[in-house]
Amino acid sequence: MKAHLTRRYIFSASHRLHCDDLSADQNRAVYGKCNNPHGHGHNYALEVTVSGQVSLETGMVCNLVDLDAAVRREVLERFDHVNLNFCPEFAREVPTTENLIQTIYNILKQSFRPAHLEKVRLEETAMNSFEYEGE
Amino acid sequence: MVYLTRKCEFSASHYYYNPAFSEEENRRVFGKCANLNGHGHNYTLEVTVKGDVDPKTGFVVDLKDLKDILNREVLEALDHRHLNKEVPEFATQIPTTENIAIAIWKRLEQKLHVAQLHRVRLYELPDLFVDFYGEP
Repeated sequence: MKAHLTRRYIFSASHRLHCDDLSADQNRAVYGKCNNPHGHGHNYALEVTVSGQVSLETGMVCNLVDLDAAVRREVLERFDHVNLNFCPEFAREVPTTENLIQTIYNILKQSFRPAHLEKVRLEETAMNSFEYEGE
Repeated sequence: MVYLTRKCEFSASHYYYNPAFSEEENRRVFGKCANLNGHGHNYTLEVTVKGDVDPKTGFVVDLKDLKDILNREVLEALDHRHLNKEVPEFATQIPTTENIAIAIWKRLEQKLHVAQLHRVRLYELPDLFVDFYGEP
């Protein structure tokens, strides 16, 4: 039997939305308050969904200890309590939540093998969230 | 087609232990969950059914019927129970969140004639849940 398992994690980071190809006025028009040169921060909630056959031996899709360890090592240690604009992943990309979620998906796809990565969901605030399934 | 989700809660105890494993293997695979004295959770169950909206009633399903089936088939069997010792499915299966979600699906599928079952979502904790869609 195939089941989907979702685990939720929290991390906090700052960023500034700014595109070097746009003028100062255009940046302000496009990104509004998010273009503040001093940056601002969020408590991000990350939901990682994996899927697979439920093991007859363990009753599990995958061992949560392995999933937690991979997310902690590959995502939380990289992005928790940092300024995203200074991360190498965003040297040439604006750290919008759309770009952040694709980066997180690709990192986990590469580094977590015990179950199929189905979906990543990222809440920037309680009012907006993003989903990415690798499409 | 409209999807309708009903939410309910139950509290139960369990432990994870595979008698085919050695003591050490059980501790390694299941960690604290292998403690044979058990531990418990407040589970949150979300059952989603789907169907066309009945033009006469405006319902996908009569909520009272769905609630009665949930109470009878799931909550009476699982709420305030020790899953390993009191629920027949777990005499031979480990009551992980995955297996509990599958067991709930099977219980509902047999009795739920008022609507088509779409998804069983079971939260063990606010940051951990399993979805089962009846896939083999």
